Amino acid sequence: MEPVSYTFTESEIAEIQRHLSKYPDKRSAVMPALWIAQEKFGWLSEEAIKLVADTIDIPYAHVYGVASFYTMYFKEKVPEHLIEVCTCFTCGEMGGKEMLDYVKEKIGADARGFGKDGKIWARAAECLGACDTAPVCQITNRRYVHQLTKAKVDELIAKLEKGEEIPYERIPLTDQSIIDD
Amino acid sequence: MDWRTYQKILLPDTPDFHKLDVYEKEGQGYQALRTVLTEEKWSRKAVVDEVKKANIRGRGGAGFNAGLKWSFMPPKQEGVPRYLAVNGDESEPGTCKDRRLFEYNPHTIIEGALIACYAMEMDAAYIYIRGEYADWIDMVQAAVDEAYAKGYAGKNIMGSGQNIDVFVHKGAGAYICGEETSLMESLEGKRPYPRSKPPFPAQVGLWGKPTTINNVETVGHVPHVIRNGADWYLGIGAQTFPGPMLYGISGHVQRPGVYEFPSGMLITDLIYKVAGGIRGGKKLKAVVPGGSSVPILRADMIEGITMDADSLRTVGTFVGTAGMCVLDEDTDIVKFLIRVSQFYDHESCGQCTPCREGTGWFVKMLKRIDSGEGSTRDLDTLLELCDTMEGRTVCALADAAAWPVRNTIIRFREDFEAKIKFKGAYAVA
Repeated sequence: MEPVSYTFTESEIAEIQRHLSKYPDKRSAVMPALWIAQEKFGWLSEEAIKLVADTIDIPYAHVYGVASFYTMYFKEKVPEHLIEVCTCFTCGEMGGKEMLDYVKEKIGADARGFGKDGKIWARAAECLGACDTAPVCQITNRRYVHQLTKAKVDELIAKLEKGEEIPYERIPLTDQSIIDD
Repeated sequence: MDWRTYQKILLPDTPDFHKLDVYEKEGQGYQALRTVLTEEKWSRKAVVDEVKKANIRGRGGAGFNAGLKWSFMPPKQEGVPRYLAVNGDESEPGTCKDRRLFEYNPHTIIEGALIACYAMEMDAAYIYIRGEYADWIDMVQAAVDEAYAKGYAGKNIMGSGQNIDVFVHKGAGAYICGEETSLMESLEGKRPYPRSKPPFPAQVGLWGKPTTINNVETVGHVPHVIRNGADWYLGIGAQTFPGPMLYGISGHVQRPGVYEFPSGMLITDLIYKVAGGIRGGKKLKAVVPGGSSVPILRADMIEGITMDADSLRTVGTFVGTAGMCVLDEDTDIVKFLIRVSQFYDHESCGQCTPCREGTGWFVKMLKRIDSGEGSTRDLDTLLELCDTMEGRTVCALADAAAWPVRNTIIRFREDFEAKIKFKGAYAVA
């Protein structure tokens, strides 16, 4: 494996500059810059955090403090795809816990939730804000999969294993025309 | 107004309403902004007064009159910037309404934010959206870009000489950022520890400057109030909690969804008429009416209760976010409470000891009860623990964690006692 070079490209730096211009204080660009670093490197290593600190010119300790607070920033090297199943509140009562168990069993997850083939990992999510389509999961900090079933999990894992993109699942506005009087 | 004939305002069924041209054509989009920027009668104060009169109760959970909040902004000082923070962190379990607005009507949020910025003489609005909503953040950003391209945001808006920027900020997974002072810390690029109040954000807010924080849905109501007047708004729904309401109905109902109806609907109408009743012909056990923090209601408490602050107060709960979770008779209420408590344990920022430690103790003690190793004394200890958390921390997360515990134990005590093996084991000592 080639060693990772911890630098931002010109376009990434331009993107960070664009974020810097949105705020009166440069520290505010730390979250967007961490997002850019995580997209690029897959997780936030010490080197990636240092790169962000140097690029915005703020202390490493400050950036580390921010990075370590938030759930969506990965502080350890993780497999490429994350299946985060909501088990909170409504989802928990609508089968979310069982879906998480099923996902973990299917990928052969270890104690950290890392799957056997090292490509997929899974963990429980706190409320994802899609309670009306419970149970739901989120794929690697982006796509939502709604109304999870075992069949949907099977399909999802197959897609991730093949490296296929998970399409955006549009949930139409709720049909209010039916009223049970 | 009968809710059956109600025409949706916030989430209209018009196709492609999220697009600027459709919003303009079909929804009189940006007309309200144009009106306040160009018509003389809409002084800044007149806008604040109209919004205050409409009594838009904050839809983020606190239910505070938005216009009254706006009126707390100090007089403008030359050279001192002022900011609006629009709270789209939507993380309260059970709440799923703002996401629909981001997808189906983002321009009403942007237009509302711009009107708010005009009214309070602000330089910029920051729309803070939780990081999990990555796809929806892109949708809102696309809408903001459209607004800029049309000259509705940025420099010299509609030739009025007003300069107002609108920025979208992406969170990274932290419930606490929905707390207004935590949101500001997060926007400032710090660890989002809530701030002590006072000073209030209107005095010392974002980057130390006067700031107002409103929920995205709340600002989304504003263009409609300007367009149709406060009296029109006051005529919708409950008298003391007026306006349209997005009811996020989830859980064991036939038709879960985000429904838009007037405020003040009967809970029983929402469950049985709107959402089709309990699935599988089961009986209702409990309802959490407005997000996980608000006190739970037993099935026998909801008769005649409507979704507004006054009615809900009579049964000791709140409107919250109107994210309603419906639970059927098979629900293990102890396990349900454990998961709710785990949420607060995970999301406590750790700044204040009662919350950092207390949320963890909740989980441990509830698990002990659930495993059959608990005692009746544990229930009293849990209630005492609530006493040591509520009102004793910088922000309201400790309260939000304690209310479900306190009220679930009080209202479903028999469910807890049924799991306790050694009933009264410590009572004789």
